[in-house]
Amino acid sequence: MKRYSIFSLIRNAVSYHQNWQRAWRSPHPRKEYDVVIVGGGGHGLATAYYLAKECGITNVAVIEKGWLGGGNTGRNTTIVRSNYLWDESARLYEHAMKLWEGLSRDLNYNVMFSQRGLLHLAHNVHDLQEIGRRGNAIYLNDIDSEFLSPEQVRERVPFINLNCRYPVLGAVLQGRGGTARHDAVAWGYARAADDRGVDIIQNCEVTGFRIEHNTVQGVETTRGTIGAKKVGCVVAGHCSVLAEMAGFRLPIESFPLQALVSEPIKPILDCVVMSGSIHAYISQSDKGELVIGAGSDAYNSYSQRGGFDVIEETVGPVIELYPIFSRLKMLRQWGGIVDVTVDRSPIVSKTPVQNLYFNCGWGTGGFKATPGSGHVFAHSIARGEMHPIAQPFSINRFHSGALIDEGAAAAVAH
Amino acid sequence: MLIIECPWCGKRDQSEFTAHGEAHIARPGDPYKLSDEEWGDYVFFRKNPKGLHYERWVHSHGCRRWFNVARCTITDHIYATYKPGDVRPEVEE
Amino acid sequence: MSTQVNRLGQGGRIDRNKPIRFWYDDKAYEGFSGDTLASALIANGVTLVGRSFKYHRPRGIYSAGPEEPNALVQLESGAYTEPNRRATEIQLYDGLHASSQNCWPSVGFDIGVVASWVSRVLPAGFYYKTFMWPSSLWMTYEKYIRRAAGLGKSPTDVDPDFYDKTYAHCDVLVIGGGPAGLQAACAAGRAGARVVLIDEKNEFGGALLSDTAQINDQSADRWVSERIAELQRMTEVRLLPRTTATGYYDYNFVVANERVNEHIGPNTAGKAVKERLWKIRAKQVVLATGGIERPLVFADNDRPGVMLASAIRSYINRYAVAPSRRITLFTNNDSAYRTAMDAKKAGIEVHIVDVRKDPQGALVQQTRELRIRIMEHSTITGIEYSRGRIRKVQVMEIDESGKGVTGQVQTIDCEVVGVSGGWTPTVHLFSQAKGRLKFVDEQHCFVPDRPWTNNPVSVAGSCGGSDQLNDCLAEGFDAGCSAAQAAGFDTGNLALDATSTDPVPGSPRPIWILPCDHPIGRGRKKHFHELHNDSTVGDIELAAREGFESVEHLKRYTTTGMGTDQGKTSSVNALAVMADIRNTTIQEVGTTTFRPPYTPLSFGSIVGHDRRELFMQRRKTPMHSWHDRNGAVYEDVGDWKRPRYFPNMGEDMHAAVQRECVSVRQNCGLLDATTLGKIDLQGKDSIRLLNMLYTNAWDQLAPGRCRYGLMLNEHGMVFDDGVTTCLGENHYHMTTTTGGAARVMNWIEEWLQTEWPDMEVYATSVTEQWAVAALSGPNAGKVLGKLTDHPLDERSMPFMTMAHADVAGIPARIFRISFTGELSFEINVPARYGLALWEALMEAGDENGLCPYGTETMHVLRAEKGFIIVGQDTDGTVTPMDLGMDWIVSRKKSDFLGRRSFSRADTSREGRKQLVGLLTEDPKFVIPEGAHVVENLRPSPPMEMLGHVSSSYMSPNVGRSIALALLKDGFNRKGQTLDVPLMDGSSQKVTVTDTVFLP
Repeated sequence: MKRYSIFSLIRNAVSYHQNWQRAWRSPHPRKEYDVVIVGGGGHGLATAYYLAKECGITNVAVIEKGWLGGGNTGRNTTIVRSNYLWDESARLYEHAMKLWEGLSRDLNYNVMFSQRGLLHLAHNVHDLQEIGRRGNAIYLNDIDSEFLSPEQVRERVPFINLNCRYPVLGAVLQGRGGTARHDAVAWGYARAADDRGVDIIQNCEVTGFRIEHNTVQGVETTRGTIGAKKVGCVVAGHCSVLAEMAGFRLPIESFPLQALVSEPIKPILDCVVMSGSIHAYISQSDKGELVIGAGSDAYNSYSQRGGFDVIEETVGPVIELYPIFSRLKMLRQWGGIVDVTVDRSPIVSKTPVQNLYFNCGWGTGGFKATPGSGHVFAHSIARGEMHPIAQPFSINRFHSGALIDEGAAAAVAH
Repeated sequence: MLIIECPWCGKRDQSEFTAHGEAHIARPGDPYKLSDEEWGDYVFFRKNPKGLHYERWVHSHGCRRWFNVARCTITDHIYATYKPGDVRPEVEE
Repeated sequence: MSTQVNRLGQGGRIDRNKPIRFWYDDKAYEGFSGDTLASALIANGVTLVGRSFKYHRPRGIYSAGPEEPNALVQLESGAYTEPNRRATEIQLYDGLHASSQNCWPSVGFDIGVVASWVSRVLPAGFYYKTFMWPSSLWMTYEKYIRRAAGLGKSPTDVDPDFYDKTYAHCDVLVIGGGPAGLQAACAAGRAGARVVLIDEKNEFGGALLSDTAQINDQSADRWVSERIAELQRMTEVRLLPRTTATGYYDYNFVVANERVNEHIGPNTAGKAVKERLWKIRAKQVVLATGGIERPLVFADNDRPGVMLASAIRSYINRYAVAPSRRITLFTNNDSAYRTAMDAKKAGIEVHIVDVRKDPQGALVQQTRELRIRIMEHSTITGIEYSRGRIRKVQVMEIDESGKGVTGQVQTIDCEVVGVSGGWTPTVHLFSQAKGRLKFVDEQHCFVPDRPWTNNPVSVAGSCGGSDQLNDCLAEGFDAGCSAAQAAGFDTGNLALDATSTDPVPGSPRPIWILPCDHPIGRGRKKHFHELHNDSTVGDIELAAREGFESVEHLKRYTTTGMGTDQGKTSSVNALAVMADIRNTTIQEVGTTTFRPPYTPLSFGSIVGHDRRELFMQRRKTPMHSWHDRNGAVYEDVGDWKRPRYFPNMGEDMHAAVQRECVSVRQNCGLLDATTLGKIDLQGKDSIRLLNMLYTNAWDQLAPGRCRYGLMLNEHGMVFDDGVTTCLGENHYHMTTTTGGAARVMNWIEEWLQTEWPDMEVYATSVTEQWAVAALSGPNAGKVLGKLTDHPLDERSMPFMTMAHADVAGIPARIFRISFTGELSFEINVPARYGLALWEALMEAGDENGLCPYGTETMHVLRAEKGFIIVGQDTDGTVTPMDLGMDWIVSRKKSDFLGRRSFSRADTSREGRKQLVGLLTEDPKFVIPEGAHVVENLRPSPPMEMLGHVSSSYMSPNVGRSIALALLKDGFNRKGQTLDVPLMDGSSQKVTVTDTVFLP
């Protein structure tokens, strides 16, 4: 692989950029691989990369039914944070955060990881209790965490309407949180994995699994049968479909999740601001667009689109909190499919089928976990034993009752 | 933005309704005869088909009655709506 | 003031008697009523209006419509400012101020142009390849990247304007008011259908307003006016000009934005609506959205002065401005010939460069007759541009392969180049509606193919690929008739009554990348396929070379189609260039998904009235006005405004709460408890239902008796609690938490309707029907006794009973239940008497010093007694046993919701988190809620946590701070001393205790 740098850029400029290599090959599938990863999104490509880089397994194929990075990797609002309440989650997302922090250098691909700080606002007493609990837990898990007064929030976001319908009573800040360039994550992992020998096979849809004696032997695809000693499925939006092919069910439902961006404007918002209780999630991209996370439609759907009512419900709170944005315009809305578990935590797990592993159920928050998810999944597949960080995220928790309930903790009552 | 035919009120805008997931899951008659696995399946595991889905909706801003819908989860086409307790209609996909 | 140097002496749909003064970049100009900002700028000879996104290259007005990629301006200033407005869409109004954006210090001299000098090292995706060393500097690099990016500036003041929102329902919605749309609306209207006709422009007529065509042997203008007049006479027809259909959603739900008063300028704020969002459900939709002209991709094709040929025609015919007196038209099809003839007739010197060899057809013939020079089989190979103007174009003959040029360079003197690469039907809405597109080879474009079943839509006119006026008229008529028919109207009597004898155009010749005397992608000359984001053919070649072949990769890597114009002029060219490079067909390459909105939609319009006071309802109890008058400080609980405390003069929250707490415990206090959820249950199976919903047994609840219950989900976790009272035979009154009222109501209905339809229970939410005043404290009986004859003593009215009685002359239900642990009466009266009851109680309690108190005091008082608050001391992961409330879990009942989950491995294990009390070593220290308890304190994190403090208060009645916490193995830790590390680095020692602090 020819390394990217300012020097390579200048060198190639001299030859009118005619000599750049392909970022990844376009190989034909081999008959068999040691590991087949189903799903060419960020998580799948990261898994393949770490298998090759850290586990010494390079006879790996990543199979993608469309174009790589085309699922939720390329459809999210690019937020990265690790400020989770439960220890299990904090370990997983902080593991990812540490990898994010060296990712551009590691991949030799600028994923534009920008730690511009991330605020969670509290709008009522219950919110204050919730961020108090979460902020303290994050701190004791040795992750950065800081409480801000409303005035300190205003210092960071001068135009915020603190006295809105649900006034801003405080916030918790993760200074290391921020955003990254989503497409670049997929492309960077793809290029680096390809460089280590991983075959990335696009436009190849899995149509079934070859399973003998309850052990996976390979996958059937639109480009023929591909043998595999081990198979890892990382297909946000379609994990239930694949599980059904393999003969089991998942505690997952798929919903449309929308997002939208404004027209690009000069820098005005320098951090990520999230308001869970009134549902306003906003940041500004390097290109200048305000990136706004919308809610999900409440019915199962694989349509990758959603209703306009969700957009209305999304923009309302944003304008209540940031009334100066009222004259700006929505440039584009789009949808993805989120796989949601009951406890709003992912499943990184062995399955009832031997040597078949699933990594799914990331709901609305998978992007931020990309490096960590790929890393622990790679190690789990390589060893045949779940990585300690992944162990609590077993599918068995839905039978034992040991949920990691990130959803319930934020719920409101009283 | 679907239009859904409530079996009691007729066709209404989606905004009057709320979806509640997979239909035809009966609560086990004697939960204590079930293994933890079977009980977990009942509480948490759901069909999540890509295609025809039999699901429950409630006319929450209308008559507040629950009913079932046969809908395609790829196109959002609604094949049929029917009352709880009715036999699930066979539909051609 | 400048003169309108480019204004033609006659013609146009402008009102020369109404001059309009406006300012662009602080310079005053004059235009006419009927102008757009773009036409007025052109009239005044302003050619340079913007800087491009990436290279900051100078750019001019390119189009006359919503497809404009270049002429983006900052409209107005202060609170009224709007960035990125297309000059081609802004109707001129008196006093308009606009300025150029994305340039500094000025649009003529822009420092950012440095980017264009070093453009060679800034190919597509350059930022992925650099800025990685040293990593610590990325945030600095990024700061400058961010500054260079973006376009206009956000307002920094609050929007003073109003926005409106409305629904509409119709039989036939016609989108687009050109010839096809007008025909469709008239046909459907004549059949009696309820029609809505919308068009994005200020006038209906579409392309006809820029045309010189004839319909029924009269001018198209006149035909348009007659049709509008006819439609206006139809009572079931609604005409919406200046309205853009931005989104097409499932089941024929169309969102359209009407710019109601924008054309008047910003002075209407506060008086009139700026924009109105229409949410339209149509039985049938007719799309007559027309088409957008495609540019040609040739060397230096972004110079100010290069514009769409059809736009030039629009400026000449509709606005009576000549962009220049010398124009070169560059085309691969016949439509530019119409422009050529109209320009010539307006006195403009015209040359045509046509990539076709020996073009034929009536239009070409007519053009030749006007003695316009046509350079066939040729291409523009370069543009000489200096001092803000095109000076000459260089033209060479195309070779036989079509990939190179041959012969001598010829030059043409001109200032404006009009380009036409054919037409792209505006299929955005059709595609949003899940309609399938197909590529037609003859016209080299995607056209609508099959609509989706649940979006009954038809297509008419150039939106469907038709390029002849007569076809558009006929298709519009047919579409209108069929739509009306499908909506149930008889169209038997209708007949087509509009025809035109427009010449038949000849065939176009697509050459997607026009050859040049330099190799493409090298050297100074750039072939832009996308003006807005500065994307060139070289960028697409690079993308292909690096493996970004999929159309989505292409779009994302080169940012093609991601600008504010969303690629309206560029997308087909980009696909075609990629197809060329990959040596495949455009169908193979495919399109990206068309996403709403068609043109950018203001957030203000999306929000409508749901802002400020109307953003979200404030639920207020009937006593709210009293609370207001008496200085209550509120807290938001769900949508409710609840008094949190009632400070006396000079008191802060702490002082007020301490005082209220003591008053209630020692004397008596009054709490507004109206917000608690209340559900009326009737029917013979109510007890069966209660037995399933709650963990305890309900069989023996006599009339007038109350019982507390915990509600679980099937996962076995507590999700609500409350007191249910037997009001009479088969009649119960259930209370829930304030935040859980709706959830519990839904829960009950769900089980009754879907699982236990055999149960005869009628559940009705009565939260809003009853106002509740909770009178609590040792003197509560004394106060209440003044207002009721009902005996309140322990024997007549023991704890956990209810009585019907008049209180202050109001029929009431008195519940002797308590959340404070003191003697309490919760008095329920019909909501309309709530205030009267409250005032009567306050008056009666005056001599006893009755103290109104709020939720904060309620929380302290209940914590003193160890009572939980669901949602604060529970979080959806807590069982009744974890709360130490085994006593409320019936062992006799065969089943209740959630019970089966208790025996699962994790739920039945030892060491779960359990609710305990905590006492700090320092009695004055109140632990912050949310702090965590550790067993092994370390100097710094990480530290293993046992659990968190869920409730924590200074209790004046206990005389010290108290706290509740959920700790791992908490019950076995009673008596242990543990630590609470805080984020400031300090820590507090605590002792684990029972949860009851005040026995």
